[in-house]
Amino acid sequence: MSEVLSPIQGIFLVAVREIRAKLRSKAFLISTAILMLSVLASVIAGGILSANPEKTKVAALGSAVSIAESFDNLEVTPVETESAATDLVENGKVEAALIPTEGKGIGFKLVSKDSTPQSLLAQLSVYPEVEVLHPLKVDSLLIYFAAIAFGLVFFISAMTFGTTIAQSVVEEKQTRIVEILIAAIPVRVLLTGKVVGNSILAFAQIAAIAVLASVGFIATGQSKLLTQFGPSIAWFVVFFVFGFVMLAALYAAAASLVSRQEDVGSATSPVMLLVMLPYILVITFNSNPLVLSIMSYIPFSAPVGMPMRIFLGTAAWWEPLLSLVILLVTTSVVIVIGAKIYSRALLRTGGRMKLAEALTGRA
Amino acid sequence: MLELVKVNRSFGQKAVLNDVSFKVDSGRLTGFVGANGAGKTTTMRIILGVLSADSGRVTYQGAPVDGSVRSRIGYMPEERGLYPKMKVAEQLVYLARLHGLNPSRARSNSDLLIQELGLEGKANSQIETLSLGNQQRAQIAASLVHDPEILVLDEPFSGLDPLAVDSVQGVLKRKASTGAPVLFSSHQLDVVERLCDDLVVIADGSIRAAGTKQALQAEFGTSSFEIETEKELDWLNKMKGVTVTKSEGTRAAFNADQESAQEVLRLALSKGSVTKFAPKRPTLSEIFKEVIG
Repeated sequence: MSEVLSPIQGIFLVAVREIRAKLRSKAFLISTAILMLSVLASVIAGGILSANPEKTKVAALGSAVSIAESFDNLEVTPVETESAATDLVENGKVEAALIPTEGKGIGFKLVSKDSTPQSLLAQLSVYPEVEVLHPLKVDSLLIYFAAIAFGLVFFISAMTFGTTIAQSVVEEKQTRIVEILIAAIPVRVLLTGKVVGNSILAFAQIAAIAVLASVGFIATGQSKLLTQFGPSIAWFVVFFVFGFVMLAALYAAAASLVSRQEDVGSATSPVMLLVMLPYILVITFNSNPLVLSIMSYIPFSAPVGMPMRIFLGTAAWWEPLLSLVILLVTTSVVIVIGAKIYSRALLRTGGRMKLAEALTGRA
Repeated sequence: MLELVKVNRSFGQKAVLNDVSFKVDSGRLTGFVGANGAGKTTTMRIILGVLSADSGRVTYQGAPVDGSVRSRIGYMPEERGLYPKMKVAEQLVYLARLHGLNPSRARSNSDLLIQELGLEGKANSQIETLSLGNQQRAQIAASLVHDPEILVLDEPFSGLDPLAVDSVQGVLKRKASTGAPVLFSSHQLDVVERLCDDLVVIADGSIRAAGTKQALQAEFGTSSFEIETEKELDWLNKMKGVTVTKSEGTRAAFNADQESAQEVLRLALSKGSVTKFAPKRPTLSEIFKEVIG
């Protein structure tokens, strides 16, 4: 006759079903493909841009030719007359023309078509010598890029798979199959299976993105960037694993309070806020050490905050470990509370169940 | 034998089950009847462990019902449902495996049920694309796919088309004949009457009557008799201890204790031949009304 299922087998069965159901969804496959392609495209585009820093095209007349040619990043077209120079500017062949002014001003003027050529002005300008007392190890553009990358990947993955868990929980409630399921297996096994299944999908997506980005960096000759990003990406994956499990439990618990797909959005919006917060903070405060330090210890924003600080080189070796411990403890507490809410709310259909009811068991 | 002993359950301040005790004997079909909100679904959910009891216990063959027993129960909840986007066969295999069957058993059981319930050709269709009748069949298959030793079915006939009612009846009888205890609730008292061997009546969370159908009919039917003779029965209502409930010339129905009834019979025989004399068996709905009333 039938054997009793061990919890591990039960979790495995539920997780596999979750993964299969998700992989069957065309919307998921298409959005994953788009995400992958855009990651690859941005890496390749970055490579092409940095490999060929574009030279600004200018026309130069008479004595201005030698001035223009003294700048490395200008592509100079010498012309014979001023009207030939303005013609080139007019039809867009060059961005601007350098015309000698015979001693007036700094000796030449710039002629452009419809606006002041800012970047050219900057190149032709003279700056005082700059001495930075404590230079950052990485330049600010790269910091911004890293902040967006960590923030966005965490945000998109957590939201995609968190919402999937929420919808799957409500689907089981709405279609009433949940009663058959929990008659067959313990509620904890069902919840764990759902979290594990969706977490595996989320990690697979993150890993695929990481691999794709790494391959892209190497293929476009940007392996220097890869070594710069390596440690923070590794920590990001570790933090993401536990951070996502915590969010997944929250999503499942929040969704179990309602019985219809239409109500999933409102029930999970507090969790959604927790997912969006680190993204918004890291974009806004990626150069503010105090905010980043706080972020890197708060469990909900640590998966983005700590890798950022590691990338910036401002985290001591023990800091990610301490933050990870805090995250682990919080995750286990959240799972216990989440499982409690989930098991109490699962059989309640009809209106939305109050959180206090689910927590205290009074109905 | 499945047994409930003094099971209590309340939701908040409201007591829903009050010292509920009854037995479901192996090899017998036990009908579980009661009005809406009487506690049928709560009782069944407690048997399945979907809800926990505040006190009391549920045993099978004398041992407490735990996870290993529950995985051998075939359960059909009152509120039906399957995954709408999963294919019929895939879903049945999944449920069988959740109950501990190995993959090959799960598949062969699923194939067999799909054939038995007339779902051939639909095995690879998503549930949501099936007709309502076929969805009901898939639901029945879902509660049987793991070869359960015990059946607990909450309103298995509600919403079924007549063909499906027949096939469910067949399934219940077959299961009972293999020695399984079968408990099913129903609003359709005529179906319960036709089908069940034993009966449990619940009202306001308390068991009002339980026993074999015959015993209950005897218990609630002793005072009522039917008589038919060749002569007019106009003398009947003058007899002591007899209340005539129906009188149509040579036929009548009356309430009386055994002694007075025998007196009626003797008197009738002395007046001519008696063509019918029988204690009237109450229908289930009559018993139900009397028990609940």
